[in-house]
Amino acid sequence: MAKEYDVIIIGGGVVGCMIARFLSQYQLDILLIEKEIDIGMGTSSANSAVIHAGYNALPGTLKAKANVMSNPLWDQISTELSVAFNRSSDYVVATSTDQMNTLEELLQRGKTNGVPEMEIISADEMRKREPLITQDVAGALWAPTGGLIDTFAVTVAAAENAVMNGTEVLLDTPFEDFIWKGKRIIGVHTPRGAYKSRWVINAAGLYADDVMHKAGVRPDFKIRPRRGEYVILDKADFLLTRETVLFPTPTEKSKGIVVTSTLHGNIIVGPNANFVDSKEDKTVTKEGIEEIWTGAKKLVPSINRRYIIANFAGLRAHGNAPCLTPGIDYTGDFIIEIPKEVMGFINLGGIESPGLSSSPGIALMVIDLLKDAGETLLEKPNWNPIREARPVFRHLSHAEQASLVKANPSYGRVICRCETVTEGEILAEIHAPIPATTYDAIKRRTWTGTGRCQGGFDMPRVVKILSDELGIPPEEITKKGKGSPYLIRRTKDMGGKA
Amino acid sequence: MKHKYDVIIIGSGPGGLAAAIAAKKNGADDVLIIERDIELGGILLQCIHNGFGLEIFNKDMPGPSYAQHFIEEALGSGIEVILDTMVLDITPERKITATSKRIGFIELQARAIVLAMGCREKTRAQIMLPGTRPAGVYTAGTAQRWVNIEGYMPGKRFVILGSGDIGMIMARRLTIEGAKVERVLEIMPYLTGLTRNYVQCLMDYDITLQKSHTIKNILGNKRVEAIESVAVDEKWNPIPGSEEIIPCDTVLLSVGLIPENELSKNAGVTLDPITGGPFVDDHFMTNVPGIFAAGNVVHVYDLVDWVTEAGYVAGRGAANFAMKEEVAKISHVPLSAGENIRYVVPHAINRESLKEETVRLQMRVKTPIEERVRIIVEDEQGNLLARKSEAYARPGEIITMEIKPNAYDAVQNAKQLIVSLHKR
Repeated sequence: MAKEYDVIIIGGGVVGCMIARFLSQYQLDILLIEKEIDIGMGTSSANSAVIHAGYNALPGTLKAKANVMSNPLWDQISTELSVAFNRSSDYVVATSTDQMNTLEELLQRGKTNGVPEMEIISADEMRKREPLITQDVAGALWAPTGGLIDTFAVTVAAAENAVMNGTEVLLDTPFEDFIWKGKRIIGVHTPRGAYKSRWVINAAGLYADDVMHKAGVRPDFKIRPRRGEYVILDKADFLLTRETVLFPTPTEKSKGIVVTSTLHGNIIVGPNANFVDSKEDKTVTKEGIEEIWTGAKKLVPSINRRYIIANFAGLRAHGNAPCLTPGIDYTGDFIIEIPKEVMGFINLGGIESPGLSSSPGIALMVIDLLKDAGETLLEKPNWNPIREARPVFRHLSHAEQASLVKANPSYGRVICRCETVTEGEILAEIHAPIPATTYDAIKRRTWTGTGRCQGGFDMPRVVKILSDELGIPPEEITKKGKGSPYLIRRTKDMGGKA
Repeated sequence: MKHKYDVIIIGSGPGGLAAAIAAKKNGADDVLIIERDIELGGILLQCIHNGFGLEIFNKDMPGPSYAQHFIEEALGSGIEVILDTMVLDITPERKITATSKRIGFIELQARAIVLAMGCREKTRAQIMLPGTRPAGVYTAGTAQRWVNIEGYMPGKRFVILGSGDIGMIMARRLTIEGAKVERVLEIMPYLTGLTRNYVQCLMDYDITLQKSHTIKNILGNKRVEAIESVAVDEKWNPIPGSEEIIPCDTVLLSVGLIPENELSKNAGVTLDPITGGPFVDDHFMTNVPGIFAAGNVVHVYDLVDWVTEAGYVAGRGAANFAMKEEVAKISHVPLSAGENIRYVVPHAINRESLKEETVRLQMRVKTPIEERVRIIVEDEQGNLLARKSEAYARPGEIITMEIKPNAYDAVQNAKQLIVSLHKR
């Protein structure tokens, strides 16, 4: 057997990648395994991209703790990792007196959780700040610490920074089972082989229940995927005041249909919240689109569906773990623990919203768990927390574009017309620390194919670039890994003999 | 290369090529075409089927041959060309910024510009197509590029949504290449493309067209595994019980085209929400003086020959604009769509145009009328300026008519012109 690791992380979503990034500051040998062809392909790639202030979760829950401790960290993390982040603030909008009472409760809850600077603003003030808000507005809860992040970039950047600091990442490597020594977990089996380690961390997202059951932990814990559907509006037809984040007054079920801009400049509307049977069921339904559109209209009646350019669905890893704080009656809390039954295992589960917001805090809590378990975590003297940004052509001034093209002519060739993504940007991602080897991986990293034409122009060109750079035939280039090729065969090749 | 041109044309499809040729012929000395692809010709290069040139050459030609005729004429007349170059923006003052791998980042000044960027295809999101998001859902034009330019088959078993021309042409093309086209579904109760394409591409190859049908769901996580089709009523509501699972690995969308006007918007060009293209006068000049538009960037044509004709008009207008020291004040009379007409191009007529030439109008109807119709152009007083009769009127087929110079006097006094269509 090859090298023995100190830590193996199962799952390359934002939580697993953030844990890898924070752990990489210590003198540890870390391996992250991800079942898909790329990191961040699950819940991390299909959510509202909101950094929550922390007023939603009930006081005493791990959700509240992780969210509130994480929120102030995002300025530094986004700077270090060169990820777009805007502390835009957010609003919960009430449209009735009843809902105003709910806002009052949320305000108190936020204060108890330790969320700073929140206040309830009048209907007039809300109209002033967002003129397109519904005329029915009764008032709003304003949370200045809420924000927006590039959810795709943050997962990639955290993983890259971990890799820069010595972490190994294996893609296309599903967890199969644990390796045991008595009651101690000492590694994992994968189709690529067995990997030994002193600690294994469960960051398997939607599949966290399966992983912990293999460890013999929490047999009653179950994840029920809760699907959220979204639509994206064209950025050229911007309707809202820039970077307004609007939530409706929440219900028991969810935070409701959000209307917000994204850091890419589009408007995103969603999600609804419907339980589905399969952990892969990202179907968008007609009914679902109607549901979220109706929700959006309640907040911004003038929103126009002719500007819709994309729809998608994501799955939340909704768990049934009870909150462990005495006196708090809540089911569906995060699990962040070292279970008593086994050794060498850190168990996470039920990391649904606010999971993205909480990911740095979760990483810090994992570090504390390791320390509590007696690990002496020695800092690396040469740890580099900075992951430099790569050039993004469309964000540059004409003068900067000109000098970039001069220095590297491949930045002069535009591959994606609607979003102005250049060949240089795509090549950089194919040869990055976590290489982008599929169309969707290029799309998430560069924003190629996300605009009005949805890849109609760039898709054949990107497939060609991937084929050339990876040295494999175009028929083997996929959208999202095995089983998702774009092309079947060459023309004229009917399978007969030449 | 120079940095100042009399006329710069953006795009080298049939509209752009014709505009360049006409600009040169009408006195513009320095004419430049900027093309984003690696060769001239635009989408014609992937249209290897016939059906081009019947109006202009009285000959049935494949797309690349049709394009080649104009490419040779353009290159032979000393028009400059830069390829593999993307225009990033255009200002109302007609300054163009473009970028290219070979020639780098460039800034150019034009005395006149012709927008000839063509159109793009509607995507699954724009028609709110539900389902999963696997590989294997493509617009018909993207599939056409793969098959005819790159030389790859994007699937084995196809369902095509939409009876637009590209969809029907691809149904035939894929069948010839050994694929199985299971079905063409059309949500409308009528064909949206040309009848000749229905006959030559579907009927002749035994491909089933189901009108008043659409896709209810796309199945498959990694690659398309099947679609669920459903019949719809006249309001597009699904008819319960009519669902059918059709196994396939590819869905092609031929559900409409949208003029590509992102550059135009940044240049201050105002767009018609119905056509998706600029408001233009009969010289195809937009609301921004010196910026002209030709071809599918203005409205989606059904025949390429008309695109070429439009390019000639726009190119001549651009040359005249570019070569004049001062621009005379133009007096326009607005032209609008009346009864049964969805839109008409141009949106306004230069009152002086009819002094020496005929003005061509092109329009589409709202719904099919399968009997003899009369189209009339009148002013706000009801004075008749032109009329035409047709055997039928269908939304998939553009109606062309002309206003002759004998209407010159009437146009001088008119405040507004209206085009309407009536059953006879």
